[in-house]
Amino acid sequence: MNILELNNVLKTYENHTAVDGVSFNVPKGRIFGLLGPNGAGKTSLIRIITTITRADGGTVMLNGEPLGSEHPSQIGYMPEERGLYKKMKVGDHLIYLARLKGMSAKEARQEIDYWLDKFDIQDWWDKKVEELSKGMQQKIQFISTVIHKPDLLILDEPFSGLDPINTNLIKDEIYQLNQRGISIIFSTHRMEQVEEICEEIVLINKGKNILSGSVKDVKNRFKENLFEVKFEGELPGGIESQFNVIKANDHSITIKISEGEDSNEVLQYLVKNNIHVISFKEILPTLNEIFIKQVNGVSTE
Amino acid sequence: MNKLWLIIRREYLTRVKKWTFILATLATPLAFAGFIAVSAMLSNQSEEQRIALKDDSGIFLEKTIKDSDRAKFIISNAPLDSLIKNYEAMDFDGVLHVPNFGERLDKDQELSVKYYSDGQLGMVTKMFIESRMAKRIKSHKIDRSGYDRKTIENLETEVSIEEKAASGEDRASNRAEIATGFGMLMGFFMYMAIFIYGMMVMRSVMEEKTNRIVEVMISSVKPFQLMLGKLIGVGGVGLTQLLIWIILIPGVVFITNLIFPSNPEAMAGAPGSPEMSPEEMEGLIYQMGETLSALNWWFIIPLFVIFFMGGYFVYSSLFAAIGSTISDDMGEANSLTMPISMLVVLAVLIMSAVVQNPNSSMATWSSMIPFFSPVVMPARLAFDPPIWEVLLSAFILVVSAIFFVWLSARIYRVGILMYGKKVTFKELGKWMFYKG
Repeated sequence: MNILELNNVLKTYENHTAVDGVSFNVPKGRIFGLLGPNGAGKTSLIRIITTITRADGGTVMLNGEPLGSEHPSQIGYMPEERGLYKKMKVGDHLIYLARLKGMSAKEARQEIDYWLDKFDIQDWWDKKVEELSKGMQQKIQFISTVIHKPDLLILDEPFSGLDPINTNLIKDEIYQLNQRGISIIFSTHRMEQVEEICEEIVLINKGKNILSGSVKDVKNRFKENLFEVKFEGELPGGIESQFNVIKANDHSITIKISEGEDSNEVLQYLVKNNIHVISFKEILPTLNEIFIKQVNGVSTE
Repeated sequence: MNKLWLIIRREYLTRVKKWTFILATLATPLAFAGFIAVSAMLSNQSEEQRIALKDDSGIFLEKTIKDSDRAKFIISNAPLDSLIKNYEAMDFDGVLHVPNFGERLDKDQELSVKYYSDGQLGMVTKMFIESRMAKRIKSHKIDRSGYDRKTIENLETEVSIEEKAASGEDRASNRAEIATGFGMLMGFFMYMAIFIYGMMVMRSVMEEKTNRIVEVMISSVKPFQLMLGKLIGVGGVGLTQLLIWIILIPGVVFITNLIFPSNPEAMAGAPGSPEMSPEEMEGLIYQMGETLSALNWWFIIPLFVIFFMGGYFVYSSLFAAIGSTISDDMGEANSLTMPISMLVVLAVLIMSAVVQNPNSSMATWSSMIPFFSPVVMPARLAFDPPIWEVLLSAFILVVSAIFFVWLSARIYRVGILMYGKKVTFKELGKWMFYKG
């Protein structure tokens, strides 16, 4: 079951195409990475999903229904550029945003209590937003995004501007929300975060979908059969003639295994030559490498 | 609908609860009261001046200048030098020296007398003495001429136009002047209101955009709801202020007048109205009250509110559209608001011409143009404009207000998501035709 299905979505502005036939599915209950360089069309896509703008073509289905005006209450969206009314009190502000998402004042108050309690900031209720530090405002922003218990959470660069402690705090919350079954779209260009958090990704460049799948599959698809061996002892002199050595130094060696070869052959060879192998592992490309390679590949076309 | 209501409520409450709003709303009637009280006090509290009158012409010896509570004249025969030197010791405030005019009395149109004092005479007292002396000299000349006083006095004729309604109804005289003043006041109020509240809407839209809250907002509500909510909310603030003033200002003015009765004599002597005698002034004040209470307020106030709201929606929706196209560059804002400001100023110019000439064709056609009618029509209400013109004007205004809100919303929804780009009017035109 997919929470979100995009099929051939199109969005054109006056003189350029921001989203050019993008299709992907976000499975229910997953953390999904929406990746792409700046200007790739991520924001345009997110604005379509959040019903801020309408697609010029294609279909968007949320929970199996075509996206409509009743859906915003099922979506929580935290834009990259955060914003709150500076002069409003924290409590009033959260109630206001929650009610705009269709909650009753009473429900909203309960939820706010829960979240302020959770972040241990109950005494912020009567503070004005402008009195809070930037990091504190981010917490309020996060609460405002999740307060109405959306089915789908869209977070655009949720950790930008956060210190490591608050980053971890929010990250934990994201995991917990995900455990409760909330699907999350995570938009970023910080690849190490994607690798850590996301289960599936789609990579957008120049309005087009250039790569999608689970993180594991994608990495496997782009692996170059590189193996790194850590060892103790002296390498036999003839190893270069046996294998394709990419890199070698005193205690480690990187070998590329060509098609038809088995990585066990490397191990066997080393063991036979009395090398004490400490570790043996395949080097998978980082998403960062795949990202750069794919994006550059497309742009030089 | 529910969301729209939430937005209206927030926009309204955050403004009405602000102390600046409360202050401005209460301070304005108090300022009226203060103005009346101060001017009444100033006119009443002028101390009586004891003036030594040294008359070399002899005109004032036979019949001196009539005393009043402003000035008391004491004829002195002491030499002028010693009078000027010792006037304070003799308990005078100053010395008025009337020279022997000689031939000049008959030749010159303007005679001059001298007042010696280290203190100030004061504008009103000075004008008062001048007019009393002129009267006395005139009377002296009449006596000397040998003509019959009555004959001379009959030579002077004043003409006043008394306006009568053609339908035969009773109408207070001086009505035109009073209606003009009242109409100007209404028109200027509209002008101020359009600017103040229009700018308030624009600033608020700009703020939401720079704050980036707008993207969060429109992921919950439609841009149109956000804009309309803001327009209605701020309009409600304006209406609240207006209604408080309608109730408070007349009340405050009435009470202040009871506590500090104004002095018709002083007002008659005030600069700008030297031609009027205190009796005439008193009459005018009475007529003003008569005329104003004779106006059909049950007709004027609701219409004023309609034109206020109509004008507000036409202009503030345009201000909202402009606010949405700029992020934080006030200079850019100014260049874009310029054409709108010019329309408002033009409306005021038309309005001031119309109140002088309330039945002109300009009055009629400018009332049919929604950019001008919110300023022009309220100014005309005191002149009993034809009812069909009022209703047609109001109808055109309301339809236009709806149209401009719709038009602005089309610019607004594109503008609030655009950053870092200066827009031209040409682009604004294109935005109107963008599809959702």
